[in-house]
Amino acid sequence: MRLIIVGAILASMVQSACAHPPQTVEIKKLVYTAAEVTLHVGDTLEWVNKDPITHTVTVKAGTAGGPWEIIIEPGKSVKRQMNDAGTVEYYCRFHPNMKGRIIVLAK
Amino acid sequence: MKSSLLIRMTAAFFLSSSAMTYAADKPTDPQIAHIAYTAGVLDVKVAEQALKISKNKDVLEFATNMVTDHTAVNEQALALVKKLGVTPEDNDVSKGLVKQADAKFAELSKLSGAEFDKAYVTNEVAYHHAVNGALADLLIPSSSNAELKSLLETGLKIFQGHEMHAQHVAEALK
Repeated sequence: MRLIIVGAILASMVQSACAHPPQTVEIKKLVYTAAEVTLHVGDTLEWVNKDPITHTVTVKAGTAGGPWEIIIEPGKSVKRQMNDAGTVEYYCRFHPNMKGRIIVLAK
Repeated sequence: MKSSLLIRMTAAFFLSSSAMTYAADKPTDPQIAHIAYTAGVLDVKVAEQALKISKNKDVLEFATNMVTDHTAVNEQALALVKKLGVTPEDNDVSKGLVKQADAKFAELSKLSGAEFDKAYVTNEVAYHHAVNGALADLLIPSSSNAELKSLLETGLKIFQGHEMHAQHVAEALK
């Protein structure tokens, strides 16, 4: 019985060590913060739009996992699981002076 | 003197974006608020024209974005002037902007299809470039109130984004 409990605790510890909580990028005053985020394949990234205007996260073709785009309405947030290792450069298509980078490490 | 400066600014909006010095005199906060608000209203008006005339997906998306962004910024501006108890003051620059925009609106209304799209987007690049120059070189440095200055600075970032977006749409139209 004691062995089972110890095993369960260890399993829980291993699981929590492997699972990365979603990282968040805040969008405020046309700035992605943090501008650069590092995570692992399978992790989830969340963008939170705190501006009163719509923004996008746009990734061009030729980038790891690209092309893709998400549109984030004012006051909303959107999550995306990152499944391809590599460096992902992104920008807001509506305001291309906004830029961010995601470094996705292999597991 | 001030009137003369403001008239020169109007011309600068549409003729040149080159750096200019305005050391002699500067617009007041109520005038600045009126100029910035008017510039937004005018861009919404021409965007709504584009939404009626254009059939191009990129142009329609750009115009929609202009309506929502400028409306949002102007709502913030209205809330700020109300909070500050400032009454926006009409001035020669605002009047000049309206006159120029009315002329452009009439010009664009005679066009359709690809001709309209090209003329609208080309004008959007030039318009935002000129307004951004005025914001950076005159309106922001001249503003006295910190909250107004901050709103103008955020507005400048948004409008610089619009200028780049318009350039991208213009490239796509070629």
